Amino acid sequence: MGEILKIDNISVSYGNIRALSNVSMAVNEGAIVSLIGANGAGKSTLLKAIVGLEPLKEGHIEFAGETICQSKHHGSLTTDLIAKRGIALVPEGRHVFADMTVEENLDMGAFMVRDAEVIAKRKADMYELFPILGARKKQKTRSLSGGEQQMMAIARALMSSPRLLLLDEPGLGLAPLIVQDIFNTIKLINQENKVTVFLVEQNARLALRSSSYGYVLENGKIVLEDSGEALLVNEKVQKAYLGA
Amino acid sequence: MSTLTLYMQYIVNGLTLGAIYSLIALGYTMVYGILKFINFAHGDILMVGAFIGLLIYNGLTGGEAADPSAWTLIAFFIAMIISMVACALLGVIIERIAYKPLRNANRLAPLLSAIGVSFILSNGAAWIFGTQSRRFPYPFNNDPIHIGAITITPHQIVVIVVSIIMMVLLTSFVSKTRMGKAMRAASLDQSTSMLMGINVNRVISLTFAIGSALAAVGGILASFDFRVYPSMGTMTGLKAFVAAVIGGIGNIQGAMIGGVLLGILEAVGAPLLHIPNGMRDTVAFAVLIIVLLVKPDGILGKNEREKV
Repeated sequence: MGEILKIDNISVSYGNIRALSNVSMAVNEGAIVSLIGANGAGKSTLLKAIVGLEPLKEGHIEFAGETICQSKHHGSLTTDLIAKRGIALVPEGRHVFADMTVEENLDMGAFMVRDAEVIAKRKADMYELFPILGARKKQKTRSLSGGEQQMMAIARALMSSPRLLLLDEPGLGLAPLIVQDIFNTIKLINQENKVTVFLVEQNARLALRSSSYGYVLENGKIVLEDSGEALLVNEKVQKAYLGA
Repeated sequence: MSTLTLYMQYIVNGLTLGAIYSLIALGYTMVYGILKFINFAHGDILMVGAFIGLLIYNGLTGGEAADPSAWTLIAFFIAMIISMVACALLGVIIERIAYKPLRNANRLAPLLSAIGVSFILSNGAAWIFGTQSRRFPYPFNNDPIHIGAITITPHQIVVIVVSIIMMVLLTSFVSKTRMGKAMRAASLDQSTSMLMGINVNRVISLTFAIGSALAAVGGILASFDFRVYPSMGTMTGLKAFVAAVIGGIGNIQGAMIGGVLLGILEAVGAPLLHIPNGMRDTVAFAVLIIVLLVKPDGILGKNEREKV
C-alpha cells in the first residue's frame, strides 16, 4: 500500500525558536506509525502542522497524494477543510467539550456527516467499542475520569470515519492498565476499521510495540527511523527512551 | 392598595423590563462566548432595529393615525421580522468589516473598533432621522387588564410572550440542531471544533446574526416604554450588558436569568430604597458592583476547574 501521508522537509518556528527543522517522513496506508521523543522535542508541533494549526516556514505536507499544507499561506487548507479530507486528530490533553454531554461530543465528531442514520449507527459502534461511554452518554464530559475522557476523545475522532487518525500522547497522565487498554483499542481500530494511525507518545516501549514503523524526534529533527521492532532493540533508543 | 400588591405590581413591571434586558443580553453573551470580546456596538444595533421596525410599521399602517386592529397587529409582527433580518445582516457585516480583520490583534483593538462602530451607528441614525424621539404607536388596544389588584397592560403581555418564544427558540436551537451545537462547541474550544470540520468563521457569523436579530426584537419591545431615538441603545445596552455579567458572561441561560433578575431588582429596588426616578439606573450598577464583589463569575459562570 502507498503512502497516505507524506511530510516533505518541513520547518516550523515560534518567533525565533525553531520547533521543527527540515522534517521529512511518511506514513503508509493501513499502518500504525509512531513518533517518539522527549518532552519539547516538537512532537505535538508536528501533529498540529499536519492539521493546519501551525503554519509551515518551509516544506509541504501531502495527504492522499494532494498537498494540504505548504509554506505559502494561500496554498494551505484551513483546519476544517483538512478534517473534511479525512484526517482526525485526538489532541494532547483530550480537549473534550467539557460542558457538553458524551452524546453531544460524538455528534460534534460527526459534524461533517449529514445522514442521521449513519450518525446513529456510528454512535452505536462507539458505545460498543467503549461501553463506558454508552453508560454515560447523557453525562457532561467534565464528569468523566481522565481515561474515560481519552476514550471519549478517540471515539469523537472516529465519528468522522477518518482515513488517518492522529493521536497526541494518548497515554498521558493515565494509569498503566488504562494506557494498555487504550493501545489495544487503537490496534483494534487499525485492524478492523482499516484506519491508518500516526501516534506521538512518550511511552516509547508501548508505542513501538504497537507500531510497524517508528521515528525518533530530537530537538525538532528526525534522528532515527526504522521498523518498530528494530527501534525497540536499538541501543540508542534503549538508552534514551526505554530506560535500559 | 396594600404594600404587598404594590410590590407584586412592581414585579410584573420588572418582569417586562427584564425580558427585554434578557433578549439584548443574549447577544453580548453569545459573542463573548465565542470571541471573548464585548461587542460595544450591540446596544446601537437594538436602536437600528427599533428604527427599522418603526419605519416599516408606520409605512404599513400609517402609524399614529391607524386604529389598533388585527391588521396593525400583523403589521407589527411583519415589521419585527423584517427588522430582525435586517439587523442580522447588519451584525454579520459589522463583524466582517470591523472585527474579523482584528481577530489576531491585541485584545484592546476589537474593543476600540466596537466603540467606533457604536459611534457610527448612533451618529448615523441622528444624521438620518434627527435626534428627536419618536413614539412607537401601540399596534393593539393597550387598555390595562386588572387581575385582582394587579394591573397588567397588553403591551406587557406582548413583551413577555414574545421574549419567552424567542428564548425557547434559541434554547432549542443551541441544544438540538447541528449548527447550534457547533456554536456551543466553538465557544468551548475553538481549535478543537475546527478539528471536527466546523467552519468557525461561519459559526461566528451565525452568532452575530442571531444576537443582532434578538437585539432587534429587544429594541422594538423597548420602544413602547422608552420611545425611539438615536441614543436609545446606550443605557439599555449597558444594562443588558450588566445583566449578562450578572448571569455569567458567556452563558446563555445566565443571560436570560440575569436579565429578568436585573429588571425585577430595578423595578422593586428603586421604590424600596426610595430612589428618585431620575436615579433609577443606579440600581443596575449597584447590583453589578455587588455581583462583581461576591461572585465575579456571575450566577451561572463556571468557577469549577477543568479536570486534568
